[in-house]
Amino acid sequence: MRHIISILIENESGALSRVAGLFSARGYNIESLTVAPTEDPSLSRMTLVTRGSDDIIEQITKQLNKLIDVVKLIDLADSVHIERELMMVKVKTNEQTREEIRGMADIFRGKIIDVTPTTYVVEMTGPSSKLDAFIAAIDGDSIIEVVRSGPTGISRGEKGLHL
Amino acid sequence: MELNGAQIVIQSLKDEGVEYIFGYPGGAVLHLYDAIFQQDDVKHILVRHEQGATHAADGYARATGKPGVVLVTSGPGATNAVTGIATAYMDSIPMVIISGQVPSPVIGSDAFQEVDMVGITRPCVKHNFLVKDVTKLAETMKKAFYVATTGRPGPVVVDVPKDITDPSIKVPYKYPKKVTIRSYNPAVTGHKGQIKKAVDLLLTAQKPIIYSGGGVVLGEASKELIEFTHTLGFPITNTLMGLGAYPATDKQFVGMLGMHGTYEANMAMHESDVIIAIGARFDDRVTGKLDQFCPHAQIIHIDVDPASISKTVKVAIPIVGEVKPVLEQMLEMIRESKKKPSKKALENWWNQIEQWRSVKCLEYDRESRLIKPQYVIEQLYEVTKGDAYITSDVGQHQMWAAQYYPFDKPRRWINSGGLGTMGFGLPAAIGVKLAFPDSEVACVTGDASIQMCIQELSTALQYKTPIKIINLNNSYMGMVRQWQEFSYESRYSHSYMDTIPEFVKLAEAYGHVGMRIDKPEEVRPALEEAFAMKDRTVFLDILTDRTENVYPMIESGKGHHDMTLRVASGTSTDRELA
Repeated sequence: MRHIISILIENESGALSRVAGLFSARGYNIESLTVAPTEDPSLSRMTLVTRGSDDIIEQITKQLNKLIDVVKLIDLADSVHIERELMMVKVKTNEQTREEIRGMADIFRGKIIDVTPTTYVVEMTGPSSKLDAFIAAIDGDSIIEVVRSGPTGISRGEKGLHL
Repeated sequence: MELNGAQIVIQSLKDEGVEYIFGYPGGAVLHLYDAIFQQDDVKHILVRHEQGATHAADGYARATGKPGVVLVTSGPGATNAVTGIATAYMDSIPMVIISGQVPSPVIGSDAFQEVDMVGITRPCVKHNFLVKDVTKLAETMKKAFYVATTGRPGPVVVDVPKDITDPSIKVPYKYPKKVTIRSYNPAVTGHKGQIKKAVDLLLTAQKPIIYSGGGVVLGEASKELIEFTHTLGFPITNTLMGLGAYPATDKQFVGMLGMHGTYEANMAMHESDVIIAIGARFDDRVTGKLDQFCPHAQIIHIDVDPASISKTVKVAIPIVGEVKPVLEQMLEMIRESKKKPSKKALENWWNQIEQWRSVKCLEYDRESRLIKPQYVIEQLYEVTKGDAYITSDVGQHQMWAAQYYPFDKPRRWINSGGLGTMGFGLPAAIGVKLAFPDSEVACVTGDASIQMCIQELSTALQYKTPIKIINLNNSYMGMVRQWQEFSYESRYSHSYMDTIPEFVKLAEAYGHVGMRIDKPEEVRPALEEAFAMKDRTVFLDILTDRTENVYPMIESGKGHHDMTLRVASGTSTDRELA
């Protein structure tokens, strides 16, 4: 099953490689990984998407907790949560397709953030599945490049991951 | 007090009460060596290879319970230490390894003797630090010792760039009495509810067994384990790492379990209905084939490391905590409980175990005209009155030492269990002898293993650490040969060397005494003579039966109940016991 593990980790050099190294050394897979400092500059928040049986996920969380740099973590899949990913897509445009792409971006609540005579850059956020759907909806041949942040997530309600 | 970085490192070691550091100098640590030169409190042991330094510090740590300290230079000094660091990591041994690093401004430029030590050691340390600021050096040293020695112990690397130890830069020094790390709070006592559940299960067990490991040794919980076992009247088995935590000569001890464990220990595990695992980690050499492991048992597992619990074998009742306080908590609850273990059930269970015992799985051919390695270990036990520190290398001799030298005290059996590092025994013995100069220290080894760190014979002479090296010489890598005999139709691919050195001459060249023994009747007198030479290191080159195998054995892919036993003595053929 797919799990989103949210980690508060010391904002120190080497902390990221400890996490990445753990996954490769123990043969766990990482689907995506995002990391950035939090409002507390000594801490980073990492969101890691992985897949595995319950036993494997249990080992992953235990092994992550064992890393000295990991302060706290939760598995978002254990509770109701919101998941968002940012995507930017650069597409080729011409007289005929400009309208169509703009319409499609509107339907998916995307924004066009860069325009040249021959290209658009569409920005979009949402659950990963919505971004997948947009990619599927537009003409594949028109795509110049796609950049995705990987999902990040937050739990609903008062519960949260903090010190 | 104002000190420079080099002095801070050495002063921190003093403040930690460190007695010995094991090391080897080089460019990146010259400032540190200059600071060592100018003091006498911390004694430096100069090894002949950095691997030797790590194993010697490791042996010291295993024998004393105190952290072992290593100092190596950058680049090759650091990489040579890696095997020893990984060895300590696998067996959870507290060590602090200080490695020199090229000066901060040139890190990353492929400077001379530069290697990314923090990166290389990351998967085989409990934690590591790269020191970037001399004002944080003392605190980092304190953190290193704190992390290494608490919770599940392990090695910690402190990588110190040369500019950090610059003698011209002095900063105020104050060694912190205590450090806290917000993300590191190892459990001490166990959860009461879990302990209650465990006690209830234990007191209703019909065929219980205690399976204890190295955690009991590391957690100094031998006394509690003995009391626990005597109170319950259950059989107890130890892992290779746990030997000595429970007295092997006690009648409740059924021997080691696992691949070369006793028949009675493995059968009792297989048939048990309740297992309590104490400071043991269900290693594959212990469990055999996982899906056949203890099919009838409910398992209780006490471990300080939550990640060890249900890693390979699912357990019913996990208890996270240090072994000693958890056993104390359990004992208290057992005493207060109105329930008592069923006498009738235990009597039946012990009768069954005595039947398995009567198979006498450790018998061997005592009439042989060749020297049997098992006989050598038995004689070693008698000559040292069972009270020596025994280090070993890895292979057949290691298993024979574990099987035929019953350890009655913890920290007496010093071997590389997890990583299985050949070359461990000799330097480890030097570390042990430094810690306990008045005790007998013997290194049980083989002709292949001993050559992996043989250069440390020179260290043994320099620091007058008289140890006895028991070289079970069969001119083979015995364990490799045994597996090739069993699994590869005796195709002995590269498991022997045509040119084994004359060990007697080699020992003499290093300034020690060498003895060669090739008849069974010479073994006892030679051992007595060797141990009578109190102030000399003696190398006993004992030519043993070349094709002797370690029995009993669970071959790979088999379960505990499926052991291969020795048949007629002296032969290498075997049979399966139904």
